[in-house]
Amino acid sequence: MADLKRYDNRLGIWGWLGGGRWGIDRYAYALHRLTGLGILAYFLMHIVVTTFRAKGIYLWDKHQILDQPIFRIGELLVFLAFAFHALNGLRLVLVEFGFAVGRPIEPIYPYKTSLNVQRPLFVVVMIVAAVLVCGGGWEFLGLSH
Amino acid sequence: MPGNGAVREVTFHVRKFDPTKDSAPYIQPFTVPVKLGMTVLDGLHYIKEYHDQTLAWRYSCRMGVCGSCGMLINGRPTLACNTQILDVASSRLTIGPLPNFAIVRDLAPDLSSMIEKHQSILPFIVRAEAELNDPAGEYFQSPHQLEEFLQFTFCIKCGCCMGACPTLATDLRYLGPMPLGQAYRYNTDNRDDGSQQRIPVVGGKVGVVRCHYAGECSRACPKGVDPARAIQLLKRQLVSSYFGLVAKQPSQKQGPNTKGTRLPDIPDAPPRTVKP
Amino acid sequence: MGETKLWTWHLIAGVVILVLLGLHMLTMHIGELTGLFVANRAVAPTAPINSMARDSQIGFSIGYVFLLGVALYHGLYGLRNILLELTLPEAAEKVLTALLVVIGLGLFSLGTWAAIASHAVALTTGRG
Repeated sequence: MADLKRYDNRLGIWGWLGGGRWGIDRYAYALHRLTGLGILAYFLMHIVVTTFRAKGIYLWDKHQILDQPIFRIGELLVFLAFAFHALNGLRLVLVEFGFAVGRPIEPIYPYKTSLNVQRPLFVVVMIVAAVLVCGGGWEFLGLSH
Repeated sequence: MPGNGAVREVTFHVRKFDPTKDSAPYIQPFTVPVKLGMTVLDGLHYIKEYHDQTLAWRYSCRMGVCGSCGMLINGRPTLACNTQILDVASSRLTIGPLPNFAIVRDLAPDLSSMIEKHQSILPFIVRAEAELNDPAGEYFQSPHQLEEFLQFTFCIKCGCCMGACPTLATDLRYLGPMPLGQAYRYNTDNRDDGSQQRIPVVGGKVGVVRCHYAGECSRACPKGVDPARAIQLLKRQLVSSYFGLVAKQPSQKQGPNTKGTRLPDIPDAPPRTVKP
Repeated sequence: MGETKLWTWHLIAGVVILVLLGLHMLTMHIGELTGLFVANRAVAPTAPINSMARDSQIGFSIGYVFLLGVALYHGLYGLRNILLELTLPEAAEKVLTALLVVIGLGLFSLGTWAAIASHAVALTTGRG
C-alpha cells in the first residue's frame, strides 16, 4: 500500500460562508432579502417620522430626537443596503424578464449554465454597488453634520 | 490521489432512518476502502455487503440516465452513480437523502410531491383530440425550433434541483424548478397547443413568482438542463402574454408532406388495419 | 395569472424606485454644493427651512406622493412574498394579504395627507 500524504481537510473561514457549497448567486439572493427587510423597516418608520413635518415638527433637525450618532449610523446602513438592493435588483429585473440568461444550448459537459452568462453583469453590478458604498461611507465620515 | 489500485479508507457518514423503529434520522459511520474510480454508489454497495445489510436507497441504471439515485452528498444534491468518491472527499463523506422531501427510509425520499406537481403542468403535447385520434400526417419541426427547448428535454426527473432550491426549503406548495422547466419545454415546443392551459398553473401563487433566481437548481443539475434559465424564459413568456406582446402563433398544422415526391420504385403503403 | 401581474408591477416599481429614490437621496445632499432644491445654502438640505422650500413646490409634493405609493407597493409585496413562502394555512395567507393591504393604504393616506398639509403650510409661510 502506497504511503498516503495527510490532507488538511479543513474549510477555514470559507466554511462559515456555507463551505463553498452555495453559489455566489444564492448569497446574493439571501442578501437581497435581508437588505429588503432592513430597508422596509426603515421606510415604515421614515413615513411616520416625516409625517410630523405637516405640524411643523422636524424630528431630524439639529438637537432633536433623531440627531444622535446611532441614528446617523442607521441611516448609513440603510444607504448601504439600498446600494446593494437596488443594483442587484437591476440585475434581477434583467434576468427575470429573460434578457440576461442566454439561449438554450445543447448540454455538453462541463456544463455552462445561465449563471455563467449573467456572471459579467453580476460583477459589473457589484462594482457599481461597491463604488456607491465607498461614496456613502466617505460622505458619512468626511462631512460632519 | 492513489493510483495503481491503491486503497484509501474513507468514512461514510450515512444518514439512516427506519420509520418503524426511529423517531428521527441519525448518522451512522462506515469505513469503506476506496480505489480511484469508485463512485458513491459503489461505496453504498460495499456498505450493504460488508457492514449494514439494512441500508436502503434507490438506484437503477448506475450510469446517470435514470435519475433514481439522487442524494445529498457532502452537502450538495447530486447523483450517487455520477459522483466519484475521491472527487468530493479525501477521508470523510456525508450522505443523506435528498432535502425538501419527506424521507421514506434511509436514503430514499418520498418524491410523490414532485410527481404530482409535474402532473399539474400537463407534461405532454396538448393537441386537439381529433388530430391525435386521426392523424393526417406528421408535425413539422425544424432544427431551429427544436433547439429552442432541446436543452430542457434532457431532464431525468432526479429531483436534485428540487433539493437544492431555497424556496422549496420553506414552501411546500411551490411547483419547483423541474415542473416549471418542463412547463417551458412544452410551451416552447411548436407542436404543442397547451400554453393557455398551463398559464394559470405556472402563473399562479405557487408558480414562477416564487423563483428568485438563486441559481442553485442549475448548479445541482447533473444533466446540464439549466432549469433556472427555463424558469426565467417562462417568466418572459408569461409577461409577454400579459402585455399582449406576442402575436398568437398558430401551432404547427399537420399535413401530408407535399414538398417531396416519391421515387418511382417505392411501392404504396399497405391499407390500414387499425380502425381510427 | 393574477399573481404574475402583481409580480410584474413589483419589478417595474423597483426600477421606478431606483430612479426616484436616487433623486431623493441626491436632493438631500446636493444643496450644499450647488444650491439646488434649497432655500438657504448655509444650512443642511434637511433643515426645516429647506424642507419647507421643497414642500412649497407642487412638483416635489406630487413626486413624494408617487414615490410613497410605489415604494409601499414594492416593499409590502416583497414582504408578502417572503411570508407566503412559509407554507401557512390558506386562511392565514388571506388574512396576511388583507393586513398588508390595510397597512399599505393606511400609510399611503397618512403620507399623502402630510404632503398636502405641508404643501399648504409651506405656501402660507412663504407668503406670510
